[in-house]
Amino acid sequence: MEQATQTQVKPATPAENTPIDSTELHRNALDRDTKGGKQPKSFFKRLFKGRERVSADAGEKNNWKAWLYLAPSLILLAVFTFYPLINTIVIAFLKDYNYVTQTNSGFTLDNFGTVLGLVGQTSSQTTVYLWQCTKQVTDGVTHYYFSTSSGVLTEVYFQTDVIKYALPNTLLITFITVPISIIISLLISIGLNSIKAFKKVLQTIFFVPYVTNAIAVGMVFAVLFDSKGIINFVFGLSGNNSFWIDQGAGLGNKPAWMPMFALCVYIVWHSLPFKILIFLSGLQNIDKQYYDAAKIDCAGKWKTMMNVTVPLLSPQILYIMITSFIASFKEYTSVVGLFGMPSTDGGGTKNMYTIVYYIYEQIKGNVGYGGAAAVLLFIIIMIFTAIQFQVSKKRVYY
Amino acid sequence: METPKKTSENADTRNFFQKLFKMKSVTEKQAEREAKASYQAIDTSHMSLVIKEGRVNAASLEKAQKVAHILGTIITYAFLLFMSLVVLFPFYWMIITSLKSTQEIRSLHQTFFPTNVLWSNYITVFNSFDFMTYVGNTLVVGIISTVGTLLTTIFAAFAFARLNFRGKNVIFAILLATMMIPGEMMVITNYITVARLPWYEFSTGKIVTGWLTYKDSVFGAMIIPFWVSVFYIYLLRQNFKQIPNELYLAAKVDGKSDWQYLWKVMVPLAAPTLISIFILKLMGTWNSYVWPQLVTTNNEKWRLVTNALRGSFTTTSGEPQYGIQMAATILVTVPLLLLFIFFRKYIMRGVGRAGIKG
Repeated sequence: MEQATQTQVKPATPAENTPIDSTELHRNALDRDTKGGKQPKSFFKRLFKGRERVSADAGEKNNWKAWLYLAPSLILLAVFTFYPLINTIVIAFLKDYNYVTQTNSGFTLDNFGTVLGLVGQTSSQTTVYLWQCTKQVTDGVTHYYFSTSSGVLTEVYFQTDVIKYALPNTLLITFITVPISIIISLLISIGLNSIKAFKKVLQTIFFVPYVTNAIAVGMVFAVLFDSKGIINFVFGLSGNNSFWIDQGAGLGNKPAWMPMFALCVYIVWHSLPFKILIFLSGLQNIDKQYYDAAKIDCAGKWKTMMNVTVPLLSPQILYIMITSFIASFKEYTSVVGLFGMPSTDGGGTKNMYTIVYYIYEQIKGNVGYGGAAAVLLFIIIMIFTAIQFQVSKKRVYY
Repeated sequence: METPKKTSENADTRNFFQKLFKMKSVTEKQAEREAKASYQAIDTSHMSLVIKEGRVNAASLEKAQKVAHILGTIITYAFLLFMSLVVLFPFYWMIITSLKSTQEIRSLHQTFFPTNVLWSNYITVFNSFDFMTYVGNTLVVGIISTVGTLLTTIFAAFAFARLNFRGKNVIFAILLATMMIPGEMMVITNYITVARLPWYEFSTGKIVTGWLTYKDSVFGAMIIPFWVSVFYIYLLRQNFKQIPNELYLAAKVDGKSDWQYLWKVMVPLAAPTLISIFILKLMGTWNSYVWPQLVTTNNEKWRLVTNALRGSFTTTSGEPQYGIQMAATILVTVPLLLLFIFFRKYIMRGVGRAGIKG
């Protein structure tokens, strides 16, 4: 009985007797946020929240036991993640580091300079900076010369692997494949979400590329794009003039956009399933009410998609954008799958170099350069991620 | 005072990136918007909702909508069908190329079905290419590293989900932050670490001390660094956290220790996630290329399947033998597809979990 009367009385009081003053409510909310328990905490305070709780809890007893449970993971992480992270940064700043003999000749920034093509070497192994050199173009090939104190001109060699091939290729791959694959997977997942028949079957089909081996399917794409392959045959391109892939023999002087196109097609194909899966689960969480509201407003399909679906899916889109940006900056296995090892197999051509490709080659070559390139890659990824978070502050709705 | 706390708990659907970078939740954003002076200045007392009646005939509107709906459905299906053909075509081409002769593959007129079905490519793969050895290597490396990962993951996830200790949140945040660091940073030093181990003379391939064989150390190098995975710890912790507190208290009342509780209650309850982790990790080893390639430079017979696949089947003139290559590719792909067919639910759930729940 008591409960029944309570439920009857309770909603009647605020709604009917006192008109709600919205500004008052907001002010109250503001007070609560700034003064009350829900104080905005700094990042570090939030991090150390555990400390406050432990002293209040009876959990103190668990302390040493918890570390025991964590020990295997933490030891492995310390050896294979945290130590390498610091060590690689140190290596990047060491001159002539040799990991077999563990020797180096002091700290330097030259590794970064070399990777970026600003620091060169003469044939007698002296280090020369780009701005100390004079440029000369003979027969279309640029040479750099340095005059020593005795007035002798010596040629200086700069490393152009990163500047000329790895960095532009990586940026191209990123800015081509990321938007295209996001748009295609978004369209596919919206389509999948709107149908009923065959939904499960199609969903499974679209996920299949995820469970394949990147190298194996890369080899299949190499067959598809072969100069005598099916792509050339279907589109009527005469076999020998279209070198999408030229396995083994190296790319030579052939146009670089063709292998790049094949590579991008492959990367998009291989990256679709993960995106579709994430988008689809995001779409399934969207409340049907929004679509009903859009329908009442007579919004067309396109308008509904752009004004309802995409904004409500923005957290997933941000997540996918960040992860796929990072993934495409680290593209390596797809290059190897598609082209084999162009720089080692095929006469030293580096047309399809990526940053990570360079890093892996330098592990067996000059580790310092590899370390410097890895640090640069890390910085690039951090900058791009930060930019995306900044942009998302305005555009993402949670 | 109770309500705001409750909603803030419920509305916190942000994923871990958003949490890590302290991004605002819906409720916080809304409150911020409403706190602005311009929002509060809106005077709603004079506003009224006006609904204009359209002059559209209801019947014709309905008909137009129906036509648009059917047209939309047809376009959707056509698009999806086309895209699924694009997705499946490489698989089809892989199969038929593996049944063709080299002559047919290299001919100017491409055929969509082999003129005479040739099984000899598969026989060549088994004869000329030590396929079973590579599969054996991969299985040994895959299973040992997967079991190791499962153990470390269960322990760490249990500590993060159930136990209280100093600096728990700091450590968890640091672990999550490592996921954003490109692995290439680690690979360089890890290679050096492995290369400088006392029993492992890299450049010459000779053994320095006797109690471990060189083969053991190569396999160890392929296994031990992968015994821990931050992502799986995160995944399992989320799952462990969903297990209600009452079960833990009940187990405590029954006199069960933490260890017993972990193995008798938590692990069985989180079995689906553990299966997901097991399969994804196994597939990861099957597909791993970079690290095994680095570690087995001088010893091709200890390579894993993927490395062996890429490095084989080109004639001395550099011309790839596509038929045999594709036969080997199928042999590498089929186990993955079988796993996918039998464990589709676990694989898709494990992969999909990444982006949604925080």
